[in-house]
Amino acid sequence: MINKFVSSIQEALADTRDGATVLIGGFGTAGIPDELIEGLLAQGARDLTVVNNNAGNGEQGLAALLKAGRVRKVVCSFPRQADSQVFDGLFRSGQVELELVPQGNLAERIRAAGAGIGGFFTPTAYGTDLAKKADGSPKETREIDGRMYVYETPIHADLALIRAECGDRWGNLTYRKAARNFGPVMAMAARKTVATVYSQVPLGGLDPEAIITPGIFVQAVVQIPRVATQAGGVKA
Amino acid sequence: MNYTRRTKDELAARVAQDIPEGATVNLGIGQPTLVANHIPPSREILLHSENGILGMGPAPAAGQEDYDLINAGKQPVTLLPGGAFFHHADSFAMMRGGHLDICVLGAFQVSAHGDLANWHTGEAGAIPAVGGAMDLAIGSKQTWVMMDLLTKQGQSKLVAQCTYPLTGIACVKRVYTDLATLACTPSGLQVLDMVPGLSLQALSELIGLPLTPA
Repeated sequence: MINKFVSSIQEALADTRDGATVLIGGFGTAGIPDELIEGLLAQGARDLTVVNNNAGNGEQGLAALLKAGRVRKVVCSFPRQADSQVFDGLFRSGQVELELVPQGNLAERIRAAGAGIGGFFTPTAYGTDLAKKADGSPKETREIDGRMYVYETPIHADLALIRAECGDRWGNLTYRKAARNFGPVMAMAARKTVATVYSQVPLGGLDPEAIITPGIFVQAVVQIPRVATQAGGVKA
Repeated sequence: MNYTRRTKDELAARVAQDIPEGATVNLGIGQPTLVANHIPPSREILLHSENGILGMGPAPAAGQEDYDLINAGKQPVTLLPGGAFFHHADSFAMMRGGHLDICVLGAFQVSAHGDLANWHTGEAGAIPAVGGAMDLAIGSKQTWVMMDLLTKQGQSKLVAQCTYPLTGIACVKRVYTDLATLACTPSGLQVLDMVPGLSLQALSELIGLPLTPA
């Protein structure tokens, strides 16, 4: 019998290795897998590359993981915020590396990894500083039908941490409102995807027309108590 | 010369006036968000939010906030009947794929031929953040900028060449400012309107570039 329900976050994250690349869902207040980030902090893996839209807010969640010195590199689109002080300090003192990626390129690079695409040409960032590699050399460009494009590579990951709404034992997931954001593409791109759900339903309990992430992309589902998503933390 | 700058709300109303019935529009964070308050109720316009919302509605009543339903600036919003949620790759496909009619963005600088700089001052020690700005700027059918014409130090933000790092090349069609509305064209800046009392010559002197009337 296929059963992707795991009884604890601790168990779901136990095999996370040092040096892992971890995709973490969420945008603003919505869809941040707080419980899973806390679980990763407790689990202890170090030298992580974290892929998220932001670089942590306040002192909790991703900011706490950064503060604990567990993150080697952040790949994100919008690190600088009013309350990103933990990242700001580490970045300025050279203790964490940043790869800044336009948000649409970030989503598409993750999607490409999940879809088995070896990269893609995008008009986004052509002619800008973000069309350069880490060493400052230009990324490959190509003219296609009279327009200039930049070659971007897929972002594969060892682990994805996702906040979903409902799940069944095959790992099928639904999301709530704008908490969906990066969840579906991140679930596709990691060798192991762990999702939290507020409600666990029997097979057949989800409308098959409404399943957003099919279970093939999900390896572990952990039910957590429902708490209303809170305000604050993030101000652009 | 006697003229009065447009207030932020007057500027937002000026932008809203040009958004046609049926348009799909993304309003950038900051000042452009104000445009939503000035769209005439008789006009049906679909607002897109980069975090996966189409058909975004106004802010909820106090006490009704749902922090799973926020805009790109992380403020609580509502969903209109007919609105939809989707994931990030689809949301940016709507931009990059040319499905969005208009985006309205803020800017540090815009060049006469439409280059945009709005993500990074390039200062030493500054931590850059780009978000969806580059995808929006090059993806929308029309990119409009909404900004004060002059910096606090009195320098024109409309320039011959951007000195700040670029967001996109030749992507801005129109610039709505507190003093005038201008079009960026391959042959330079064209003035679409000015606040009463301002002359073309005076505007040209403020900007420091040749202008042509529309």
